[in-house]
Amino acid sequence: MGTKMFSESAIERIEQEYKEWLQEYEKALQKLPERLERFSTVSDMEVKSLYTPLDIKHKDYMEDIGFPGCYPFTRGVQTTMYRARLWTMRMFAGLGTAEQTNERFHYLINHGETGLSVAFDFPTLMGYDTDSPLARGECGRCGVAIDTIEDMQRLFAGINLEEVTTSMTINPPASVIWAMYIANAENEGYSRRKLGGTIQNDCLKEFIAQKTLMLPPEPSLRLVVDTVEFGTREVPRWNTISISGYHIREAGATAVQELAFTIYDGITYVEECIKRGLNVDDFAGRLSFFWNSHIDFFEEIAKMRAARRMWARIMKNRFKAQNPRSMMCRFHVQTAGCSLTAQEPYNNIIRTTTEALAAILGGCQSLHTNSLDEVYMIPSEFAVKIALRTQQILAYEVGVANVIDPLAGSYYVEALTDRMEEEANEYIRKLDEMGGMVAAIEKNYPQMEIADSAYRFQQQVERGEKVIIGINMFPSEIPPLEVLKIDPEIERLQIERLHRFKERRNKIKVQKALDELRRRCEGKPCWENNVMPALIEAVKAGATEQECCDVYREVFGTYTDPASF
Amino acid sequence: MGNERKLRILIAKPGLDGHDRGARVIARALRDAGFEVIYTGCHQTPEQIVQTALQEDVDMIGLSILSGAHNYSFPRIMELLRENNAEDIVVVGGGIFPLEDIPKLKAIGIKEIFTPGSKLEDIVKWVRENVKPRKAAA
Repeated sequence: MGTKMFSESAIERIEQEYKEWLQEYEKALQKLPERLERFSTVSDMEVKSLYTPLDIKHKDYMEDIGFPGCYPFTRGVQTTMYRARLWTMRMFAGLGTAEQTNERFHYLINHGETGLSVAFDFPTLMGYDTDSPLARGECGRCGVAIDTIEDMQRLFAGINLEEVTTSMTINPPASVIWAMYIANAENEGYSRRKLGGTIQNDCLKEFIAQKTLMLPPEPSLRLVVDTVEFGTREVPRWNTISISGYHIREAGATAVQELAFTIYDGITYVEECIKRGLNVDDFAGRLSFFWNSHIDFFEEIAKMRAARRMWARIMKNRFKAQNPRSMMCRFHVQTAGCSLTAQEPYNNIIRTTTEALAAILGGCQSLHTNSLDEVYMIPSEFAVKIALRTQQILAYEVGVANVIDPLAGSYYVEALTDRMEEEANEYIRKLDEMGGMVAAIEKNYPQMEIADSAYRFQQQVERGEKVIIGINMFPSEIPPLEVLKIDPEIERLQIERLHRFKERRNKIKVQKALDELRRRCEGKPCWENNVMPALIEAVKAGATEQECCDVYREVFGTYTDPASF
Repeated sequence: MGNERKLRILIAKPGLDGHDRGARVIARALRDAGFEVIYTGCHQTPEQIVQTALQEDVDMIGLSILSGAHNYSFPRIMELLRENNAEDIVVVGGGIFPLEDIPKLKAIGIKEIFTPGSKLEDIVKWVRENVKPRKAAA
């Protein structure tokens, strides 16, 4: 039996009344016209003045909306949502050396943060050690420098790795950094089966948006599947991919593009894992997602609700998953860095609060709130505390976590959720026709779609059609602000420390371990050639991040930015 | 005649940071304004940038950087331009810079620094007013 929400006679009556109301509206506009020629979301999706049951008249409650924890998960992935457990407050943190970042971790935990998230510096993100000529001037600037297992040990000193879950934003070298994490945890006496956390490990969005580029797409996917396969067998509490829309959005995509390209990246990973011979229900439950929460409040909530429903339908229909857990789009959210301004930076607190509220109403599992000074630099302690307190005020004071998915049934939010899904599905059809995401990336398709959106938005800002307070409305200067300073001297100290480490280790053992890694990389992708066991041996023996990544680069080749604009 | 040649501009991303939204938007805006634009893509060393600038015979280099590593890459690029007798190429920077770094960068010859919130229109105007085609190499 269907569960339509309005009877035909009710719809008929509302239709009639709506027409009459529209006439009233037109009349009223003659006295006082609308403020804008066109009302649209930050993604430039045009919206009407009013939404009514007419906009959701075809919706079937059980099929399209349903109950929390139940297919299609529109209302949330857990049955109890925030009534039983709040989202994890997980602040992205990394600065300078491993010791400085460890100090920041303890500071955040002491102020009530409930999960860790590591920001690595650019050399680490790109698979270079601090002593690489390509790393000059970068050490510790945008995150923490990690070259060796000893750095990893310093990073997590005094933190119980079986109690706290750790998310690590690392992509092409994800397997290496994960191996260091596991190896360090084992050295400290923890069991790999009890470790919980996430590696971002989403190579496709690197080509599309974030541009942390190392290997060509095909071998990048092979390494991703190796980590999924290893996690499924050996580290069952670990999320092996965080399929990320965040960076796609920051690069200028619309909400629909973020949704569509990210879901399609997810489809690609599932296909690759199935090709390896994995059973979809054995691994899909450990795939997680990462969304941006941008400044347009309702659009973001609709996007997150649509993401859950889309992923559930895709996993059930396209991949024939049986286990409900395989169908759950569990996700982390970060508020939109690109919505912040250097002008009047304290206004960023208000922007971030609104975006965090959207993430909560969108049903996130964990959340990072940006600090007011992140436009300039890695946040100061002062600024990061306000950002964490923002989440705590929303969690404990405001009452938004008391009721599950409170915006369900809003005519506007439901209609917008539908539209997000429909428009994203258009892209998915198109990507299918193009032969999949790798083929699309090679044609520069998602990259140029995003570049077009970014340019369009910038032009709208220039014309004043999109408003940014402090920039094109009530413009203001960039003030001097007390921001965190990274001492350039740490680069020299980190290099010295790395060189001492290299002298101390057993070189023959390192070489043997790297040879084994190379043999596996050169071999056919399969469990016997999975890189993870070899990497864990290699980093335990003292191989550095770059030494492992150099094996990758030598075997698989490198990839350079096609530089399209 | 020579003055009518379109200005040639290199937009370059030094260092390892991949934040290329700004660089690509600026590249398009300059192209739409009628300049010839070459974009390097991400992850360029100072040596690669200067080599491209010379090969492409550009009149201006726009360096986009958001990682904070400008205090290494910018001086190195200026040094390489001088070594190659190309110090008349106008060099500007765009991205995130601590306010106290800006005078230091200007002192080494960076002509202008464009910070977050800069208007495309103003950047185009600045280029028109401040960059002239280089005299052909002897």
